[in-house]
Amino acid sequence: MTTQSPRRVIPKRSFEREETLRACAELKALPGALLPILHAIQDALGYVPKDAVPLIAHELNLSRAEVHGVISFYHYFRSEKPGACVMRICRAEACQAVGAAALEAHAKQRLGIDLHQTSADGAITLEAVYCLGNCALGPSVMVDERLEGRVDAGRFDELLAAARKPE
Amino acid sequence: MSATIIYVPGDAAALSVGADATAAAILAEAGRRGEEVQIVRNGSRGMLWLEPLVEVVTAAGRIAYGRVGAAEVPGLFAAGFARGAPHPLCLGETARIPYLQNQERLCFARVGLIDPQNLEEYLHHGGFRGLRAALAMEPAAIVDCVTASGLRGRGGAAFPAGIKWKTALGAAADRKYVVCNADEGDSGTFSDRMLMEGDPFTLIEGMTIAGLAVGATQGYIYLRFEYPHARRALQSAIATARARGYLGEDIQGSGRRFELEVRIGAGAYICGEETSLLESLEGRRGQVRVKPPLPAITGLFGKPTVINNVITLASVPIILDRGAEHYRDFGMGRSRGTLPVQLTGNIKQGGLVEKAFGLSLRELLYDFGGGSRSGRPIRAVQVGGPLGAYLPESQFDTKLDYEAFADIGGMLGHGGIVVFDDTVDMAAQARYAFEFCALESCGKCTPCRLGSTRGVEVIDRLLAGEEPAKQQALLHDLCETMTYGSLCALGGLTPYPVRSALRHFPEDFRVRRTARARA
Repeated sequence: MTTQSPRRVIPKRSFEREETLRACAELKALPGALLPILHAIQDALGYVPKDAVPLIAHELNLSRAEVHGVISFYHYFRSEKPGACVMRICRAEACQAVGAAALEAHAKQRLGIDLHQTSADGAITLEAVYCLGNCALGPSVMVDERLEGRVDAGRFDELLAAARKPE
Repeated sequence: MSATIIYVPGDAAALSVGADATAAAILAEAGRRGEEVQIVRNGSRGMLWLEPLVEVVTAAGRIAYGRVGAAEVPGLFAAGFARGAPHPLCLGETARIPYLQNQERLCFARVGLIDPQNLEEYLHHGGFRGLRAALAMEPAAIVDCVTASGLRGRGGAAFPAGIKWKTALGAAADRKYVVCNADEGDSGTFSDRMLMEGDPFTLIEGMTIAGLAVGATQGYIYLRFEYPHARRALQSAIATARARGYLGEDIQGSGRRFELEVRIGAGAYICGEETSLLESLEGRRGQVRVKPPLPAITGLFGKPTVINNVITLASVPIILDRGAEHYRDFGMGRSRGTLPVQLTGNIKQGGLVEKAFGLSLRELLYDFGGGSRSGRPIRAVQVGGPLGAYLPESQFDTKLDYEAFADIGGMLGHGGIVVFDDTVDMAAQARYAFEFCALESCGKCTPCRLGSTRGVEVIDRLLAGEEPAKQQALLHDLCETMTYGSLCALGGLTPYPVRSALRHFPEDFRVRRTARARA
């Protein structure tokens, strides 16, 4: 069996490789460093590329299976590049009580996609989230890191238009 | 004349309904009029249906104006709001609004009152007095004080905090940890978030006291990724506390050491379970550990670890400052002190109510909450998060008390109350409970991993009319297996919402070919 050097999996001088190695170098001395490293990579790239797995495993002296297992366990980490803007719709009980299901249906219809998918123009990724801590002012949506409350269909369309507008 | 001070909350809930735009509009309008104003971004007062709740400082106290959108600002200035003048949005003096006046705020005493990042204000309002008291005490005396206060874990399990601490204190080790569980995943809860954003120094103080009590020198706050505002508030407050000698190598010249770091979760409900959380902090999948060993003996990185919820730790400073009796004198039975209740979902006056234990659910729903937001009758409330029971109107006189809720087959949990009006479909809610469990199960034990998915299927077959009597029996059997066969509360308590929905709302589980007709 031939083994490939893990350092060669991502092209030698790509942005993804630089960011992955930078995150590892900066954070690997922390106790329990894997989650902080994955966060740093996703913060920089928007996702954790599949090819980063062997690099991280090598840097932390873990198996690839261990790293992959952690990435796949947590809903937040993603292996595919997301749209320019991530919209997270709360599906939990407090928002259900004030119309979250209807909002979710509206969002899917408006974007022509299901949850965890990205719109055809690459602008919006739609995600489900289970509680944003805004339970008295639902239905709630998080647009990237911005929290929005009392979101009905009309307000959702406004948020969508704002997210799609070029800056 | 000095500038008028105007408070506009910077709390995430207030921001979600436009507080930033309101603050900007106030500055712009004041500038246009040549009036001098200074805006302070406070935490939320917890009257969330009134957000953005703007307060103007006047000689007669802080005057509140509710639901102040940016569009309202020019009209408010024209009416003389900068002097606290009357206006249809004016609510009078904030402290006299009944919703707030009728509360007993111990843990949340400063939230909404002060600029959360201003250490001087924190000190001025009694901050770090508990730490100062603790620095003069023996570790065992600090633990005894917390035990005597009757404080129980506010995360949901309600385990006596002092006993956890005593176990960790008694465990000999070269290193110990204090971990704050800020993975507030229960729907219908936001008290941790509000506290961390609105008074982060209190949590820092509580954790430092815990460190002194058990001999721990390192603390971690495990915060869910869904709370970016709280993350920024905590990181900034920790930096300030460190710079001012309230954290670090030599706390206030005592020679005692305590360090604090925020770690971010990654969207796994199960990580609110303490052993999963520890696994996650160690960099692994958040799978539950078998207990024993207890975390207090073998916890984070195998070392003795005190792990408590945000509200538990944030209640410690006032206990050390005012004494165990002061805290214990609030409450009823074995539920001592106060509980910050969160009124959420379909409720007219949603928000945070901190009150001594002993209040009835009905008083909360109607006296504080004002009934449903939709104006329709309240049909069911879920107390205690996604694993809590659904309660019908006949149980609304239950008192808020851990034991009283256990007696009716429910739990108080983290104090979240989710209100549903009469349009709710309880079979759909029961199905969702299983669906959520399936989605969030860590996969370690079979009753939870498989039982949750089987549960969804059984409810689907029941509603489709496939041998309904058989499905009912199967459902009860499945619930029994999950209750007694699961390793942790996720699988073990998912039957609570399911069984309570079945017991109290059987009419919703009748066979349907089409969706239930609604009035």
